[in-house]
Amino acid sequence: MSIKVIRAGMLTSIQDLGRYGMQKHGIIVSGAMDPFALRVGNLLVGNEEREAALEITMLGPTLQFLEDSLIAICGGNLSPKIDGHKIPGWRPILVKKGSILEFGAARSGCRAYLTLAGGFDIPQVMGSRSTYLRAGLGGFQGRALKKGDILNLRAPSELANKMKDSLSKTTGVQLFSTSKWSVSNRLLSFYQKKTIIRVLPGNQFYRFTWDSRKKFFTRDFFITQQSDRMGYQLKGPQTRLSEPLELVSEAVSTGTVQIPPAGNPIILMADRQTTGGYPKIAQIINVDIPILAQIKPGEKIRFQMVTLEESQELYRTREVEIRKLKLAIASKVQR
Amino acid sequence: MPGHTSVELTPLGDTAVMVQLGQTINPETHLKVKKLAIYLDQNPIPGMVEYVPAFTTIAVYYDPLKTSYKKICSILELIVSRSEDLTDPKPRTVEIPVCYAEEFGPDLEFVAKYNGLTPDQVIDIHSSNEYLMYMIGFAPGFPYLGGISKHIATPRRKFPRLSIPAGSVGIAGSQTGVYPISTPGGWQIIGRTPLDLFRPNENPPCLLQVGDLVKFRPICREEYDAWKENAQ
Repeated sequence: MSIKVIRAGMLTSIQDLGRYGMQKHGIIVSGAMDPFALRVGNLLVGNEEREAALEITMLGPTLQFLEDSLIAICGGNLSPKIDGHKIPGWRPILVKKGSILEFGAARSGCRAYLTLAGGFDIPQVMGSRSTYLRAGLGGFQGRALKKGDILNLRAPSELANKMKDSLSKTTGVQLFSTSKWSVSNRLLSFYQKKTIIRVLPGNQFYRFTWDSRKKFFTRDFFITQQSDRMGYQLKGPQTRLSEPLELVSEAVSTGTVQIPPAGNPIILMADRQTTGGYPKIAQIINVDIPILAQIKPGEKIRFQMVTLEESQELYRTREVEIRKLKLAIASKVQR
Repeated sequence: MPGHTSVELTPLGDTAVMVQLGQTINPETHLKVKKLAIYLDQNPIPGMVEYVPAFTTIAVYYDPLKTSYKKICSILELIVSRSEDLTDPKPRTVEIPVCYAEEFGPDLEFVAKYNGLTPDQVIDIHSSNEYLMYMIGFAPGFPYLGGISKHIATPRRKFPRLSIPAGSVGIAGSQTGVYPISTPGGWQIIGRTPLDLFRPNENPPCLLQVGDLVKFRPICREEYDAWKENAQ
């Protein structure tokens, strides 16, 4: 089982849920920018949630399936097509050998995740298959995909084989067939609230001027072009410290909002460094990271404060929803 | 014996807690950080994902499904004082050969001029001290080494370089360090080591560990080339 890269797209790399336990050695976590989409995508093809997938950014690749494959595309809608026919996201799709997957305009969001039954047949490096682009390790040869790459897949799970069987009954002359069911809109509705990003106060929150703190929550911030997997640079009202502050470098986290001397916030994302020395005004809550992952440069956001108790409750609710989805998928297939 | 400090715990978002063990960079605070790291290695907290030590802090990352902020804080309060009772770890001394030749140390001349010294004096001073490795950050295995003589301390470059070769030895303010992989960077580069600091196929994947004592030994260009050849 394998797929061939005909065109690479803007930035297509293999990512899973990240490389944990190595940050103390300075090795970044990496992993999917939108972990929710990756996890759901894996469940839809009978994989473990944490299996590696292709993270596709803005301008998608062109890929050819060299065997019949069970796939799903989750996250942003980058107008995927198989042999010229539009295909829906957030559901399992059986594609026939030889068919070609292409992407078009980014209609909503900017990162799509292509999950494949079985997952990629590439070694884990330090417990993860995520590509660490700067250090050139993990993923497929430590780099983004290039034209001509051939990616092999491991054997699909028993659940995936059952899904394939039931979908193959419905394939006619078409080169693909999709399930009649998909992930419910209710579960995906949080992506729509995309201008509101919820945060907790950062460790140096009270070191910023009253005016800066007020504006941080009442004004819009724009995502600039200087935004990538490492971090998003924002533009909006200047954020100023009350008085100069010499900070000693310390650990940061995904979603840390730090303020460099120029006063424009930076949100640290999946490829962030492990430590930093800029004052931290806020910290994006875990469940809102997927929303940010799908926001394009030029779009605006507004910050809203929540409590730690609220955010950890939201985290647990999200996990329960994913667990329910897993059970629902299994029951669809068993029927 | 330092007295037991009251520990300062603050949330780092909803999946981590920051443990503050001191305010300034010094060997005593470092020892507290190191001991807590050793304690966490030996007795991982339920729900802990990993920890990241720095100059004055340790961040403990956790899974809110398996524990809560309150729970992890109450455990941390307990074990911080327990970790202080550990016997002082014996630091390893690691020697790093460095070739300070002009082609490897483009900023050696500047560092000398800035401090009113000759390049040879800078090399003498840099290679005579023993440096304490306080933390890793910025890049895989990038060591932040403290204990540099104030006679060679030099601020970062005004304009960072887009690419600094792996192995480059630099100075930034009162710190010295080595670039394990090629990255952009603003440190004053004074030499290069033939050793690989980042070893992705080994465990641990880095030559230097937090708490190590590091010594730089000057080598000539021929010796540098011989090291490189032997490594292949």
